[in-house]
Amino acid sequence: MYARVDSSTYACPDCDLLQEVPRLARGSKARCGRCGHVLASRPSGSQDIPLALAVAAGICFVLANVMPLMDLSAVGRSNSTTIVNGAYQMWIEGEPLVGALIGFCAILAPGTYIVFMLTLLIAARKTPPPHWVGEMLRWTHHFEMWSMLEVMMLGILVALIKIAEVAAVETGIGMYAVFALIVLIPSILVTFDARDLWSRVVWIGDDEHPAREVAQPAAEAPR
Amino acid sequence: MTPAAAPAAKPAAVSAMSIGLVSCEACQLLSQPVSEEEPGYCRRCGEKLEYREAGSIQKTWALVMAAIICYIPANMLPVFTTTTLGEEEPDTILSGVAFLYTSGSWPLALIVLVASVMIPLGKLIALAYLLISVQRGSIANNRERTQLYRVVELIGRWSMLDVFVAAFTVALVQLAPLTSVAPGAGVLFFAAVVVLTMLAAETFDVRLIWDTAEPGRARHG
Repeated sequence: MYARVDSSTYACPDCDLLQEVPRLARGSKARCGRCGHVLASRPSGSQDIPLALAVAAGICFVLANVMPLMDLSAVGRSNSTTIVNGAYQMWIEGEPLVGALIGFCAILAPGTYIVFMLTLLIAARKTPPPHWVGEMLRWTHHFEMWSMLEVMMLGILVALIKIAEVAAVETGIGMYAVFALIVLIPSILVTFDARDLWSRVVWIGDDEHPAREVAQPAAEAPR
Repeated sequence: MTPAAAPAAKPAAVSAMSIGLVSCEACQLLSQPVSEEEPGYCRRCGEKLEYREAGSIQKTWALVMAAIICYIPANMLPVFTTTTLGEEEPDTILSGVAFLYTSGSWPLALIVLVASVMIPLGKLIALAYLLISVQRGSIANNRERTQLYRVVELIGRWSMLDVFVAAFTVALVQLAPLTSVAPGAGVLFFAAVVVLTMLAAETFDVRLIWDTAEPGRARHG
């Protein structure tokens, strides 16, 4: 079956170089000696910080989606929009695919990311963490990648400046919530110790094969 | 409690693949699969294990080509059409930039120009260069090429900017019959360019850059 080496051995994801990453001091990082990729980092604070940030992000996410981003008024008529409305209008005005993409990048991806992080951080407080933690942690990365709130924010600003020529525009509460999310989401990522959680994930065969008893693949390596 | 894992004692520059180890892309756990052809799944997180992304070069080229093809209509076709009192005015990406520039907000014009024109083009050129250099087995500037790849990965998302601009202009300016904005076909192609280049960056396996440096072990390419 499988053998594995000690959990302090890493292969760099960018260049595949095998190297040892020792237990890091708080607030330090380990970079790949060959290509400079950050192999591991250990945040300086406790695991409660990302949890607090994730709770805040959850609240802001709800606000960002419920409250209008901005109100527009021209010659006695007014119109306001939310994020969902931005995606929905695209959909009904003839570009359903683009509407779906906006919905995914601006609502589904960040929303799922926040919910997953909240669940993970609460689950991580148990020892050992529940068995589904590994699977969920794996998925958070994909949602994080497609979450584009900061791009959306800039996009809205550009749109506002264009529109300001023809109508009066006022920013709404939703906009401030989006701004808070742009700060909160990366903060969760930076303060969250993924390596620590990974090292605590229990998987099949883990108990029977502690790292030190594992076969040494290096022994039969060809030259 | 002496750690039996001895890879630290090995000579420098040994890749995981060269000694039959595969690193999980999601959780970084090293496994030694029984079969190199079918490494299976990561025991810890369930991710599919691959020594190198299968068919990385071909898949990335296909996505890059598709993006180049979509890039042409993305710039030719209007991203949205403004109707003011029955008069239609189409807006392409470049005319949007020109509008921002002439209306006095040149910093915004610059942002949109960078995000919508320079980033997608730069990404396509960078990916093509990386692909060609890997195919030619280049061993020069490995570190710089890896950094180039990271930049491509990092900035890719910003070209979604114009898609969001179009979406929120459409959502806000719905004051028919006075004035209204409808999206054009350009936005679909533009979104396609963004998604295709992001997928291309994902599919490209950076480790291929370093494989050529290790004599005799360029398999699974």
